[in-house]
Amino acid sequence: MAQKRVFAIIVLLIGAAIGYFVYHSEVTASWPFKLGLDLSGGTQLVYRADINAIQSSDVAESMSALRDTIERRVNLFGVSEPLVQTEQASALSGTSEQRLIVELPGVTDTQKAIALIGETPVLEFRMLKSVTPPDTFSTTTVNQDFAPAAITGKDLASAELQFQGSASISEPVVVLHFTSEGKRVFADLTKNNVGRYFGIFLDGQPISIPVIRESIPDGTAVISGGFTATGAKELARNLNYGALPVPIDLISTQTVSGTLGEKAVQDGIMAGLWGIGAVALFMLFWYRLPGLLATIALTLYIVVMLALFKSIPVTLTAAGIAAFILSVGMAVDANVLIFERIKEELRGGKSTADSISDGFARAWPSIRDSNISSMITAVILFWLGTSLIKGFALVFGLGVLVSMLTAISVSRTFLFALGVDAKYGFTRFLFGSGISRT
Amino acid sequence: MFIITHRNAFFALTGALVLAALISVAVFGLHLGIEFTGGTLVEVSYDGVRPDPVALTNTLDDAGFKDFSLRETGANGYALRAQNIGDTQRGELAAIFSYQGGTAHIDQLTEIGPTIGAELRNKAILALGLVLLCILLFIAFAFRKVSKPISSWVYGLIALVTLVHDVIIPMGFFAFLGYLTGAQVDTLFVTAVLTVLGFSIHDTIVVFDRTRENLRINHEKNRKEDFAETAGHSLNQTFVRSINTSLTVLFTLLVLYFIGPSSTKVFALTLLVGITAGTYSSIFLATPLLVWVEKRRNKAKK
Repeated sequence: MAQKRVFAIIVLLIGAAIGYFVYHSEVTASWPFKLGLDLSGGTQLVYRADINAIQSSDVAESMSALRDTIERRVNLFGVSEPLVQTEQASALSGTSEQRLIVELPGVTDTQKAIALIGETPVLEFRMLKSVTPPDTFSTTTVNQDFAPAAITGKDLASAELQFQGSASISEPVVVLHFTSEGKRVFADLTKNNVGRYFGIFLDGQPISIPVIRESIPDGTAVISGGFTATGAKELARNLNYGALPVPIDLISTQTVSGTLGEKAVQDGIMAGLWGIGAVALFMLFWYRLPGLLATIALTLYIVVMLALFKSIPVTLTAAGIAAFILSVGMAVDANVLIFERIKEELRGGKSTADSISDGFARAWPSIRDSNISSMITAVILFWLGTSLIKGFALVFGLGVLVSMLTAISVSRTFLFALGVDAKYGFTRFLFGSGISRT
Repeated sequence: MFIITHRNAFFALTGALVLAALISVAVFGLHLGIEFTGGTLVEVSYDGVRPDPVALTNTLDDAGFKDFSLRETGANGYALRAQNIGDTQRGELAAIFSYQGGTAHIDQLTEIGPTIGAELRNKAILALGLVLLCILLFIAFAFRKVSKPISSWVYGLIALVTLVHDVIIPMGFFAFLGYLTGAQVDTLFVTAVLTVLGFSIHDTIVVFDRTRENLRINHEKNRKEDFAETAGHSLNQTFVRSINTSLTVLFTLLVLYFIGPSSTKVFALTLLVGITAGTYSSIFLATPLLVWVEKRRNKAKK
């Protein structure tokens, strides 16, 4: 008994410590809650990467270069905590799209965000398939006329503006410097294809089609496409921030204003408090003393969940908050099962201690099975879901796991630690439930 | 025992409810939201009074919006659904909606491309199928040791029947809600339905589990008892628990519906209806069906 009480006190102390962590980190903002775009306000853009013009073995590398470049570009504009990630469309969409997802918290002007990313140039070097270049190009035949891109934006290290030609008719050109990898590829390419043409593509358009006169081992190339001085300067600057290895086009946007998000957070917090209050009141009135213990276990459940949200961190969305509030209602489910069972055992004439331990043992299989079925739902939702549903599924799944811990082990510890005998009188009333006296 | 004795009355009630829900779906239809079809959704609110819908419709026509529908939201806002828009419309969005006397604020803009829509639609269907399948397998597994007098597969199948009921009822309700408020089927609706499935099966398992336990006790004590008797007994024992756990969840959902974030209101309402249906089915449908199957088998044997 003494041991059980010490253990119960330790559990309470740990709970209090976690509660303090949640409170302290909130006041000092050291571990803030991570809010999704629908709560913080911001813009999400989804792009499709056009990988037709590159070799399939280069796809993974190009996508990561694409992500890095866009990330650099986004950071340049001072967006706080942007998230840039790549995603492969699942087989379910019927296509095998490569996608780029850009999340910009705090940016609520969708068109501005699109323009911001749209300034990033796409750079490709593609060998001409025929020996001499055709007179004109149309966008539809580009992929037939040119081989897949040999060198792309990912091979570019830096770019600079230079003037070529004599002083009187000097022409502005952009000189590209490749990375060591790009240098090697370009050297091989030029060595093996002397006399042939290749196209330098910017944003999918061939802007110059020079002939290869000799091998170029030093890793530089020159774009001379009849630029104006300002045009060339701008291009060099943009290329220096990074060039995209593949063209991208916008397929989906989502923008939520900050005010709407803020209101959702406030409403969510209010709903959470009232929801917890309603459940706690019900448990206290219906299950009396065990109900009080269940409420303490529920409080522990809540602080543990909040601490997990902060420390993992879990990106909270409106759907996630809904899942959390829903899980508060479900977290007492195990307690209800156990208490109903304990009551039955008590009615059967067993001692209080035996009733409690038998009640727990008997209730366990159904708690286990029902929670497994909830976990199945959570896992499938998480696996298949969009970011919105993932937010729901993660909180829901976490809630099921944590509530198993708090509802079972914590309330069990407390019930034993109390060590009351519910055989007679008032304690019997305390262990009763509902509107009956016993 | 009341429920078991009068099971035919409850079968009739359940049948009527399911029929009403199916009629609702057939009459009002389930309208897929832009998440599944692709398109644009704009939510605006105005500083002052919102403009007249006819005037706004003309403005939107002029601005080149196609196949759009306007719906009033809140006290001073509109929700616009339209086909995918271009850069010019997107750039001018707030200006297009603003009129002399009221500045529009774009609260929310969502654009979904057609491939993403198709992908989400397929994912949603697959998720629904997978959840049903996994739950069937899980129940058959969990009840594998119970083979007398009814095989564990029957428990799984009956659980599945109650789940179908639990999906049809909120769907019918949602079709009606769509007729009233223009609510459309989105990923949150699918999430709500899947959550209802998880919760309802949870309830059904608890009742079945009690039957499983009582059958074992009878077997151990060599007690001969009619299956209907055992099942009815088990139902009585778990009745309070079923109601109470649903009550706590319903409390939180009511709170979520009345004071929660506006984006999850319809979600909370769908869950409310679904979980009520789920609790109903696990009490008034699952075990009575079990008894019905057992009686039929007995008759067939004789």
